Amino acid sequence: MNIALVGNPNSGKTTLFNELTGSNQSVGNWPGVTVEKKVGKAKFNQKTYQIIDLPGIYSLSTMSVDEVITREYVEKGDVDVIINIVDASNLERNLFLTMQLLEIQRPMIIALNMMDVLDQKGVKVDIDMLSKFLHVPIVPIVASKSKGIKECLQAAVLQANHKPELIDFYSDKTKGLIERIQSSLTTETSCTYASAIRFIEEGPEVAIGCNVEVVKIAELNEWVEQQFNNATLDRDMLIADEKYNYITSILKGALIKTKEETETISDKIDKVLTHKIFAIPIFLTVMYLVFFMAFGPVGGFIKEYFEAGIEWIILQIANGLIWMDVSEVVFSLVVDGMLGGVGAVLSFLPEISILFLMLSLLENSGYMARAAFIMDRMFRRFGLSGRSFIPMLMGFGCSVPALMATRTLENEKERRLTMFIIPFMSCGAKFPVYAIFAAAFFSNNQANVVFSIYVIGIVIAILSGIILKKFINKGKVTNFIMELPQYRLPTIKNLFIHTWERVKGFVINAGTVILLAMIVIWVLQSFNFQLQLVEDSGDSIFGVIGQSIAFIFAPLGFGEWRAAMSLIVGFVAKEAVVGTLGVLYGVGEGVLESPELLAQPLRNVFTPLSAYSFMIFTLLYLPCVAAFAAMKREMNSWKWTFLAVGYQTGVAWLVAFIVYQVGSLIVG
Amino acid sequence: MRTLNDAKIKEVCKVVGLGKKSLIRKRIIDMGVTIGTEIKVIKQAPLGDPIEVVLRGYHLTLRKNEAKEIYIEDNVE
Repeated sequence: MNIALVGNPNSGKTTLFNELTGSNQSVGNWPGVTVEKKVGKAKFNQKTYQIIDLPGIYSLSTMSVDEVITREYVEKGDVDVIINIVDASNLERNLFLTMQLLEIQRPMIIALNMMDVLDQKGVKVDIDMLSKFLHVPIVPIVASKSKGIKECLQAAVLQANHKPELIDFYSDKTKGLIERIQSSLTTETSCTYASAIRFIEEGPEVAIGCNVEVVKIAELNEWVEQQFNNATLDRDMLIADEKYNYITSILKGALIKTKEETETISDKIDKVLTHKIFAIPIFLTVMYLVFFMAFGPVGGFIKEYFEAGIEWIILQIANGLIWMDVSEVVFSLVVDGMLGGVGAVLSFLPEISILFLMLSLLENSGYMARAAFIMDRMFRRFGLSGRSFIPMLMGFGCSVPALMATRTLENEKERRLTMFIIPFMSCGAKFPVYAIFAAAFFSNNQANVVFSIYVIGIVIAILSGIILKKFINKGKVTNFIMELPQYRLPTIKNLFIHTWERVKGFVINAGTVILLAMIVIWVLQSFNFQLQLVEDSGDSIFGVIGQSIAFIFAPLGFGEWRAAMSLIVGFVAKEAVVGTLGVLYGVGEGVLESPELLAQPLRNVFTPLSAYSFMIFTLLYLPCVAAFAAMKREMNSWKWTFLAVGYQTGVAWLVAFIVYQVGSLIVG
Repeated sequence: MRTLNDAKIKEVCKVVGLGKKSLIRKRIIDMGVTIGTEIKVIKQAPLGDPIEVVLRGYHLTLRKNEAKEIYIEDNVE
């Protein structure tokens, strides 16, 4: 049996889904789009039920991808019963979606969530009365405290074969319109009640696929149009207006206030967090704390032990291989190629897990929406909205989750623009490159030099936004109509499931894409074109390619094949740049532990200026293969993906070129 | 015509219409802004824009140029 969860954003839908399915869930995409599809299994009375979590939406109109997916699925999909989750403390608006769902006439129940919040507000709901008005069973639940979950599932299962009876509340005029449209559009296939209503609201596009001649549809539309001449309400407003009027009228009877409304805790918190003067300092502090936790002492501490663990595992495998007496080539492939590369990527797992945990904390508590509220003004100049702030911020951690986080952006173009500039936020993996070069060339000024690289990244991102918005966003203003939900204490379970979901993606990526790429790179740097093993990697396929393309980097100050090659290897993973330099300059992989080893050979090849140019190029050029794959997945288009990485690499070359050439003039 | 953008902080206004050609019209309607809806302006963001309002018992934020698409009654407080 398939049970679909439908509800407003912030109604506790995800919490209910987690309660119903526990860890028994899988995340995929809806066909053809990048909207997340979550499916889980719930067990009850020895039977298993499939739960489908639909995107959180406010309406079943067809403005956003989320809405289209939900509508398509509840209308035509394989659904036995719908659980419509409704925030009891925000009934008026939540019930609007309920009314639309009822018109689709699929079996349905309402899970009335957050009854505890309602109690605090001093409001009581007459559930029986509400249920009678809406013609569906209502189960009160508190999803965050696991209350009423079983009852809710039981009620849903019981209701599976009962279509809700239509509510008779539309005005005579509206009823007349619906009837006429329904009969005109019904031929061999009948036109549903819900489609007829949508025809009034949205016009003739709704009738496409109705098997009725286009002329007749146009005539019908003309007729509907006439009915609205001189009317106070336009056709797109009439239906919503009557629905809301009905909701207000039933709530007058079903809601009982037991005490006067006072300022809630949420309101008090908000007064501080969005305060005219304190808001921005608080916001910056919060962001600083997130990074401090992830990349500062806490994350670093865990990372140290985690890395030691990975090294230990690699060592055990290496010993095993020696014991098995495998050939040198296989040993090198497994240990240097596969394990070394994947291990390097996995060593970022602690930091990334903490980052995700902190970010889901911000998201689930309701602060994210306020961050967008505070930052919107600033971001609008770059063709973005406050909502693109979070993905960009995550970019400082890792571009992959940052690109995934753009899913929260409604506007496809804004989303694309955000994805174009996310890689300019210098990710954690690029840091070792800066650290090594700054130590070798700017030993008196390391921190400032590294900081300046981060700033350049941000500046380039901003300039790119201003320039690209003309091409990608073509002057179309993004909208910023967003609910500011009540502040809430997130549940531990939710936080962990949320974090785990994203961390899982990262691990899978390391085990598949990166593993494969590592093998390819290993082959390329171990063999020559005659497929013979080489002693000096300079003679390998990679070395030859590096030498032949090094000239591209000559105007940037580092036209040397080893530098060129390390940048190519950087496509696999940015953390591999330093390792590659270490191998190529003959000081081994251990450069991270003792940077001074690499400093001398680097000083022979680079000048401080060309080192700086190299750092800038590393900052801006094409992202790693994992980010590339994520970009392809999220943009759902090869064309845009190549445009994006092409743009990034072009900008990298140009900026490094300008820095080196202008710098040369000044330094002389 | 007076719009939501002209309303003062803490003012409760009554909606009388929406911009005809507004791109955000449908979104606004879905969020519960219909004729006669009462909207209370709560505050501005620290940088002056967007604004926060309360309607139908929940908090909503929208930009000032979006608020200009919502026409309100010319009432005296």
